[in-house]
Amino acid sequence: MDFKLSKTHLLQQEMYRKFAENEVKPLAEEMDETEVYNLDLLAKMHKYGLMGIPYSKEYGGVGGDYLSYALCMEEVSKVDGSTGITISVHTSLCCSCIDSFGTEEQKQKFLRPLIDGSKTGCFGLTEPNAGSDAAGQQTTAVYDAETDEYIINGGKIFTTNSGFADTNICFALTDKKLGTKGISAFVVPLKDEEGNAYPGVTVSENIKRMGIRAASNCEVSYENVRVPAANRLGKEGAGFKIAMKALDGGRIGIAAQCVGLAQGALNEAMAYVKERKQFGRPISAFQTTQFKLADMQTKIDAARLMTWRAACIKDAGENYGPAAAMAKLFASDMANNVCREAVQLMGGYGYCREYPVERALRDAKITEIYEGTSEVMKMVISGAMKVNAK
Amino acid sequence: MKIVVCIKQVPDTNEVKLDPKTNRLIRDGVPSIINHDDKAGIEAALQLKERVGGTVTVVCMGPPQADVALREALAMGCDDAYLLSAREFGGSDTCATAIIISSALKKIGYDIVFTGRQAIDGDTAQVGPQIAENLGIPQVSYTEELIDVTDETITVKRQYEDRYHIIEAPLPCLLTAIQELAEPRYMHAGGIIDAYAKDITVWGFEDLKDVINPDHIGLMGSPTKVVTSFGKMPKGAGTKLEVTPEEAVEAIIAKMEERHII
Repeated sequence: MDFKLSKTHLLQQEMYRKFAENEVKPLAEEMDETEVYNLDLLAKMHKYGLMGIPYSKEYGGVGGDYLSYALCMEEVSKVDGSTGITISVHTSLCCSCIDSFGTEEQKQKFLRPLIDGSKTGCFGLTEPNAGSDAAGQQTTAVYDAETDEYIINGGKIFTTNSGFADTNICFALTDKKLGTKGISAFVVPLKDEEGNAYPGVTVSENIKRMGIRAASNCEVSYENVRVPAANRLGKEGAGFKIAMKALDGGRIGIAAQCVGLAQGALNEAMAYVKERKQFGRPISAFQTTQFKLADMQTKIDAARLMTWRAACIKDAGENYGPAAAMAKLFASDMANNVCREAVQLMGGYGYCREYPVERALRDAKITEIYEGTSEVMKMVISGAMKVNAK
Repeated sequence: MKIVVCIKQVPDTNEVKLDPKTNRLIRDGVPSIINHDDKAGIEAALQLKERVGGTVTVVCMGPPQADVALREALAMGCDDAYLLSAREFGGSDTCATAIIISSALKKIGYDIVFTGRQAIDGDTAQVGPQIAENLGIPQVSYTEELIDVTDETITVKRQYEDRYHIIEAPLPCLLTAIQELAEPRYMHAGGIIDAYAKDITVWGFEDLKDVINPDHIGLMGSPTKVVTSFGKMPKGAGTKLEVTPEEAVEAIIAKMEERHII
């Protein structure tokens, strides 16, 4: 067992850190205030490979692994949670569905532009009435044999990146009677060749949220949206499996996002306690401060190791679902605690928007909710433990 | 066009400490980076390649750990890399270093050579010009901008304290880069994977001995003899006088006369 990162990973980590510090950090506060993601930044992330890390060079990707991707997620999330989720949804939800379940032709057509920098992706599973109960999908896709197309009707909510994305993975019922086995996955363009809305697709305004406010997050409605049958990923009925598999991988990215949010907040608090003087000395001189920071760093490290372990299991081609769920469950709880403690250490200033720990605390909350709530993580973990098996 | 960039790995700090026994920089435990001016040279070389085609070769003399500086250059887009590393090269001053690097360049070949103006650890600004002298090619130091390049010439803007020069030089030639020459790009994430898949050519003394006189390299071959080195000593608190300006003038002049300054 070796806990050291390889040279390749170390150099990537350095590159992601510099990119985050120089390119993301200066924009984070303003993007949060305005609730608009900076598309020049998105283009830069594409340019330097941040949007295609765990994908083969054959399709224009970086040729890295999931551990590389987790390192990137941590570094960008240290300075901006919104950038973390923007990369995550594109990479581990949208692209992974095509990479894992697409045919060679589909990979060339849909995956390549997503990872060579020309398009950005999103993932539409959650519906107003289908959250943790993802099987309760109401969006339908009806096959039209005459045109060899599917006609999609329905609506998705909380679709991250949908405000500017080009490509969406949409899950829809092809057979209502079959329950989860009646759900299929489709690659649905959100824009046509000219960049206008794809016929029948409507993307709402940004949904106002508590945190990750810079990330685009909208409702996407489908009204008689026609997509070629060739856009279906896997067989009819394979959609639920595809979604669950994508979310398993996505959770590693979210766990890494949590580690980043927490480490970023801790770093800010560390700098502050050395400067801030009360009762005649820096507050870092008080043991209560020292012990609090020691606890925070220990928890971050534990979450980081769980995240890296889940990534390594995935990279080894083994069953990573439970490890990913445990990493996300622990890391999201940890991030909320650590960011709250960072605000506490910084007192009134920590509560001000001028200091980034306030944003980190708001950003951290969603990590206990999206890509599977903490309760769903416990379902996954206890299921793998066969707690209820006879 | 064969473009070669010479880089140096330097400690990433202005707080370098000296070993009191050897009077040399202590590098252990200090993170290392590519020297800033050299990195601008890499970027300029890559932009030149994008303009006129060709290859960019990166060369570094240093210990085996300098490998990571070369990987970084490869990840930025350089095509191949050479590490000049040998016990015999250790302790070389600028003159000996320039002999080693220029000997390697003779073997590698070049149309344009970039070096940084100077390194942040030594600040001598000597190695680039010395390489050019050893190779017998023209040099332009303090290169701020590449204006034009043809098969036979390069036109550049050279920074001066109070002016700049536009200089046309015949190829091959050597340019020493300043940071203003080009803002270095980031490594590409995929470039990092590729960089570690590539082989870096490591040349030791044996590989260069046909073109190097062993008496001219290393600590013993270096004409520079460091007699003593020291860090800045903190000054005392000084004397504070609460007086009128006229009295202050008198007091200062008296002090200067006392110390035989005037």
